[in-house]
Parts: sequence; C-alpha cells; structure tokens
Amino acid sequence: MASRTVKVLGALALLGVGAFLVLTRADKLPDTAMDGLQADAARGEQVFWAGGCASCHAAIDATGDGKFLLAGGQKFSSPFGTFIAPNISPDPENGIGGWTALDLANAMARGVSPEGTHYYPVFPYASYIHADLQDIADLHAFLMTLPAVATPSPAHEVGFPFNIRRSLGGWKMLFLTPDWVVDGDLSEAQKRGRYLVEGLGHCAECHTPRNALGGLDRSRWLAGGPVPGGKGNFPNITPASLDWSEKDIVEYLTTGFTPDFDSAGGHMALVVENTAKLPPEDRAAIAAYLQIVPPVETAKPQGAP
Amino acid sequence: MKKWIAGLALATLSLGMAANAQDEGPFGMEIEARQGLMAYRAINIGTLAAMAKGEAEYDAAKAKVAADALLASASLDQSMLWPAGSDNAANPKSTAAAAIWADGSDIGDKSAAFTTAAQAMAAAAGTDLASLQGAMDGLGASCGGCHKAYRVPSN
Repeated sequence: MASRTVKVLGALALLGVGAFLVLTRADKLPDTAMDGLQADAARGEQVFWAGGCASCHAAIDATGDGKFLLAGGQKFSSPFGTFIAPNISPDPENGIGGWTALDLANAMARGVSPEGTHYYPVFPYASYIHADLQDIADLHAFLMTLPAVATPSPAHEVGFPFNIRRSLGGWKMLFLTPDWVVDGDLSEAQKRGRYLVEGLGHCAECHTPRNALGGLDRSRWLAGGPVPGGKGNFPNITPASLDWSEKDIVEYLTTGFTPDFDSAGGHMALVVENTAKLPPEDRAAIAAYLQIVPPVETAKPQGAP
Repeated sequence: MKKWIAGLALATLSLGMAANAQDEGPFGMEIEARQGLMAYRAINIGTLAAMAKGEAEYDAAKAKVAADALLASASLDQSMLWPAGSDNAANPKSTAAAAIWADGSDIGDKSAAFTTAAQAMAAAAGTDLASLQGAMDGLGASCGGCHKAYRVPSN
C-alpha cells in the first residue's frame, strides 16, 4: 500500500519534472527563418537607433562614435538582482562576432542564446518579439561593421532562485506574446508608430509598470510607475497624463525639449539621442501612435495618502 | 504702530512660509528656488527656440534680452541652493540625483558647459537669426548633458 503510494507519487513527480522541462525549454525560431533575406547594413543602422542598442550596451556617457563601442558594462538594478549589459561588439571571444543573423534573431525575438539558454527579460525581447526578421538581418549586418572590443562580459549579480535560468521559460509562457497591445483599425503611420513603440523602441519596458514577477502590466500600458530598484518614477505617457500635441512629441524626440522647455533627463536623454537620428516620419509615427494609446490615470505612489 | 503691525504680519508670513517648506521635507525652499531658476531659464530658452524654429519672428533685441538673462542666470552663485542631502532620495519633490554629491561627480564641468553655451548664445542671439540657430544646439546639449547624468525620472 505504502509502496504503491510512493510509486504513484514518484510517477507524478517524474511527470511534473518532465512537464517542467518541456514547458521551460528554450523555444527557438525555425532554422530556415532567415533564409533568403538580403541584409543591408545601412538600413541596419536605422534599426540600431530605433532599437536603442547603444543606450544600454555602450558606456552611459558615450557620445559620437563612442556609441558604436558596444562593450557593455552598464548596470541595471531590479528587485531580482543587478543585471550587467554584456559585450555585443563583433569581438569573437567576448562579443557576438561568431553569431549568425539567425542567432541574433533568436536572441532578440525569442530571448534565447546560441547555446539555447534563456536570457533574462532585462534584455527587452518581450518587445523585440515584434521585430521584423528583415530588420534583424539588417541590424546584424550593421553590428558586424562596428569595432570589436575585447572586454569580457561579467556575470549578472543575481541570487537564488532567480539565477535558475530554466524558470525563465515559465516567465516567457506568462508574459511573452506576439500580440499588439493597441489593435484595431490603424493608419499606416499609427502602425509604424506601434512597431517603433511596442517593438523596436521598447518604450513600455520602462513606461509600463511591472507585476511582482517582473512582467509588464498590459492593462496599464505606458501609464508609468516606480523605477525598479532605483529612485524616481517613470512618467505616464498615455493621453491621460501626456497632453502634448503630435508636434510637441516630435520636437521632444528631436531636441529633448518639452513644450515648457524643460529638457529630457536620465536614460530618456539617451533615448532622445537615438530618436533624433531617426527619419522625421518615424518620430511623427511615434507621436501618432501615442495619441491613440488608451488613457490610464497615473497611479498614486506607494505610501501616498 | 502701522510699521510695527506690518513687520509682525511679514514675520508671521515668513514663518508660515518656512513652516510650509518644512512640511515639504528637507530643503524644500532650496529645491523650490533651484526649480524656479530652471523655470527662469526655460522661459528664456523658449523665447530663443521659438525664433530658431520660425514659430516667432526673429527680433534681435528680444533675443538679446533672453540670451543675456540666460547668461546672467549662469553667473549666479548657487552654492546655497544645493546642500548635500537635498536629492530626490531625501525629498521626492526634487529630481536631483544623489550622484551630484557623490565622489567623482563632474557637476562643476556640467555647470561650466552651460555657462560656455550661454556665452556663445549671448554673443550670437542679437546678431542675426542664423547665428542664433547655430548656437541653439549647443545650448540644448548643455541642458541635456547635465540632466542625462544627474536627473532621476519623474512624472
């Protein structure tokens, strides 16, 4: 009797482990996903600025060509530990010099390394999942033209249990989705803006609050919230709070000046350095999209009456 | 007698203001003063930017006044406005990062960069529109340079 219970429990445990291993395995793109795509490095530079690669992977005070030195090293604190941006320069030893375009696509759109392990979602693949494979092919070609930097990538400072990367498979099941947040009948400009905001520009990674597991709260899309592990609040950029005209938004993304002639600060100043390099119609598209985001009232800060 | 009452009223008022500032957390008045100084700059930059973008007609005299005001604001002694412990962590009314006061802070260089940009604008603004436009990017970059390094996000 007792031994039968043990056997049943053992079988259930095995099933559980099996289910865990199946459900949490790294899910890659088909091997043929990038076949037939012609890469254009010049177009890839536009993807590079739209995607904001340099804002995290170059030194925080990098200017000019310094933004092309993608040695990593910037630290990002969070409730789960401190993440350190890795070297994504074309150095074959320390960077991604050995990566194919398919490797880059699996990293960006699936959060999976060439070795088949999960990346932490501090790397914004929950946004990059929207990236066109053609854009990733172009970006790959551009990244390979940049200088190689031989700086090793330090390990993230993340403790148990968050250092079990396998469990990120569960995170992906819960929070990784190819569905758009803003859907329906959109103009071409609004669609382009959605691609830039929800996808490449990964705006929601800061401007949307996160739940206890670190997933984006899509019901409060772009409504702002506290800076994880840091000070201050990311602003609400839904129309409930951001009452700027499209022209105001375009101006901000070009020069960093608000309609009141305040100027962008913190990481947003880095974002503006990127958006300033985009074609004017892309900045206008972002503005067009932000006008149709569902308005969400700003949440009161924790502890406020 | 009248003077005495007026004096008392003024003293009560300033006590009230001080108490108000106290309610707002540490260094409320210092934070208000520097935010006021930033707003003063913003108004003058706004005047110059409107002309640079062609939203307002170029007016050499008006541009010169705005640029001179900016330069004057750059030359004010602000040491009493930035006491240690008046950062965002100590008082959420401020968006000043604690890094301003930390070892290795280059806040002095950032401040000097604004002075240099304001000098360039003061020399250019009254000359002609093209000169004003030429000085605008440097001015904006000097604002952004400091905000990028030393400002926390805020709603």
